[in-house]
Amino acid sequence: MIRIISILVGAFFSLALLWSVGKGAVSYVTEPPKETVEHAFHLAPKEVEFESDGAFGKFDNQQLQRGFKVYKEVCSACHALKLVAFRDLKAIGYNDDEVKAIAKGFQVPAYNKNTGEVVTKEGVAADHFPPVLYAGQGTPPDLSLIAKARHEGPEYVYSLLTGYQEQPAELLKKFPDAKTPEGLHYNPYFANLNLAMPQPLTADDQVTYTDGTKATVDQMSKDVAAFLIWTAEPKLDKRKQTGWAVLGFLLFATVLAYMAYRNVWAEKKGH
Amino acid sequence: MSFPWANEYKPSHPLMQWMDEKLPLPRFVYNAVGAGYPVPRNLNYAWNFGVLAGFCLALQIVTGVILAMHYAANTGVAFDSVEHIMRDVNWGWMLRYAHANGASAFFVVVYVHIFRGFFYGSYKAPREMIWLLGVVIFLLMMATAFMGYVLPWGQMSFWGAQVITGLFSAIPLVGDPLHTWLLGGFAPDNAALNRFFSLHFLLPFVIAGVVILHIWALHIPGSSNPTGVEVKQESDTVPFHPYYTAKDGFGLGVFLIGYCALLFFFPNALGHPDNYIPANPMQTPAHIVPEWYFWPFYAILRAFTQDFLFIPAKLMGVLAMFSAILVWFFLPWLDRSPVRSGHFRPTFRKFYYALIVDALVLGYCGGSPAEEPFVMISQIAAIYYFAHFLIILPIVSAIERPDPLPFSITEAVLGSDETAPAAA
Ligand code: HEC
Ligand code: HEM
Repeated sequence: MIRIISILVGAFFSLALLWSVGKGAVSYVTEPPKETVEHAFHLAPKEVEFESDGAFGKFDNQQLQRGFKVYKEVCSACHALKLVAFRDLKAIGYNDDEVKAIAKGFQVPAYNKNTGEVVTKEGVAADHFPPVLYAGQGTPPDLSLIAKARHEGPEYVYSLLTGYQEQPAELLKKFPDAKTPEGLHYNPYFANLNLAMPQPLTADDQVTYTDGTKATVDQMSKDVAAFLIWTAEPKLDKRKQTGWAVLGFLLFATVLAYMAYRNVWAEKKGH
Repeated sequence: MSFPWANEYKPSHPLMQWMDEKLPLPRFVYNAVGAGYPVPRNLNYAWNFGVLAGFCLALQIVTGVILAMHYAANTGVAFDSVEHIMRDVNWGWMLRYAHANGASAFFVVVYVHIFRGFFYGSYKAPREMIWLLGVVIFLLMMATAFMGYVLPWGQMSFWGAQVITGLFSAIPLVGDPLHTWLLGGFAPDNAALNRFFSLHFLLPFVIAGVVILHIWALHIPGSSNPTGVEVKQESDTVPFHPYYTAKDGFGLGVFLIGYCALLFFFPNALGHPDNYIPANPMQTPAHIVPEWYFWPFYAILRAFTQDFLFIPAKLMGVLAMFSAILVWFFLPWLDRSPVRSGHFRPTFRKFYYALIVDALVLGYCGGSPAEEPFVMISQIAAIYYFAHFLIILPIVSAIERPDPLPFSITEAVLGSDETAPAAA
């Protein structure tokens, strides 16, 4: 009895699915899905290597400091970094005085205790990077986690910054309605190809590097991407270090456990 | 209950003797997972996964309880409180990654455990109750993991909750009020987040309770084994301790190496980047996908694209998704073959391997966007899924001719068994 019911239920689901397959196939043939412009022109992020890549990768503080400079002088005009406190910058090699000086350069929100008014004050080391007032088109996202909030985040940031270009003529020929709207900018690495952010890094030496590295657009893009890996995962170095210690211990313990196992079973045949 | 030849607990130390009279807890442990529990001598590593699942549950409870000390279940601060754990709490990053990847490891282990059962016919008499309790545990795990994923209140948390709770509104008549009642609102918000946190904290302990019943039920007939031939005599068994404590200990080491490699070197590989974007009810992500362990069932849900016999497609999908797990409850009565182990069932074995491929295909489609060719592939794979359990197993088990079984576990291991009747 139960098997007859079971076969009937099985037939019910199978027929419902076959019906879906059939109808789906018919509509696939009668109205084949149209290729979208994103499908045709969106590009996966470029290949870039970062010092922190891979199981042995570590942050390069020099690079993180350059990246921070790019953030501070360019990106911070539009993007906040609210999960990062100024004092966190000590982890990338700034000393107390430098951190204090950096914090002082930012106006952070506060309120006047006497009047209850919302005011701003000079930042101190314990403050976080302040919210940014932005009046232009689009909404610049907070960058603290951006390197983890996109597929292949660090490569994506780099590709986005270096990917601005003219809209290809071929695109307009194939998709005449897809012209980049006024105020947006064509960038094939962005999900829908047109984004509100104007190209932020446009010329070599836009940021002055003090460590002798040549500040090309490519280099600045890479540095700021590296810096954003750090803001998204400040504990990356410690995580990998701990990982090696843990794996080393586990390997040792597992070898011991294996020997114990062989030993215990030694006189039992055929296991 | 146990076999007559089981070792007996004989405490020698007076303190332990005193304890044994007042509260025989050591005796209980000795008989449950100690030298007092005889186990088939021929278990392979597939039998390690029950112990591993228990380890994962303990790991989730320990890491979860500590996370809960720092987490705040309020939509205004939940996301930032998780980042506070990642950045400011000592070793918080490790706890959180251990918990998030612990959930994945738990599901890997449990899937192996379940597929072990499928292959070796572990669900058959006299072990039906163990199997039924196992399916209950799996359902509870799915509910727990779903609600846990909502807690960080990222984009996938929010939209996953939106989609999955929305399934209830497909139920005729009561669907919409039920949906609103479950969420405490019309969309996931603070009320939902709070109750999810409360239940996410509670359910693992309920799971632990059901696990105890699961093991209790196991100890009545004892473990099955790769031959599926029941234990007949002492030479078929070894005491759990030290034989399987040693073997499971080694297995645990191998498991931990894999799990820690994931945790420390690829902690976000199984997560979705969108969950690092704070929840935003005004902005729907391009693709809403659940965590990987739900993908096969998500594919079945989405495979029903057409109304059928006046049943709306969405309701069909919901029915099918739940049925995909509920059919497991009936498995002991659908597979009527008297032979347990797939080793001796040549026809069954081919369908079993097909089921593994099918589940992987469903999983792949469930993680892909709902567009062709994935929709059509998942439809065909879903047909096989239901046909396998509901049509193929009942028929195959009735008509298949199994291979000859060994007389006993001893014979299977040693090649001969002196108690076997001569030349059968
Ligand atoms: C003039 C203001 C402005 C400056 C300066 C600026 N951005 Fe943006 N950025 C935006 C806006 C606006 C968006 C939102 C774009 C959209 O959604 O269309 C954005 C978006 C982004 C995104 C997210 C894209 C996505 O996938 O959603 C990243 C990453 C980014 N900016 C990085 C940077 C970096 C790095 C810098 C510094 C080198 C920088 N931006 C400087 C305005 C700016
Ligand atoms: C069956 C066992 C459990 C499973 C399968 C499970 C699963 C999950 C999952 C998938 C997440 C989301 C992880 C993320 O993306 O961050 C999560 C988060 C969380 N869980 Fe659990 N969990 C379990 C047990 C517990 C227990 C016992 C507790 C506490 C008593 C707990 C507390 C938490 C907390 C506080 C979070 C949110 C913090 C975070 O996002 O990391 N969990 N859980």
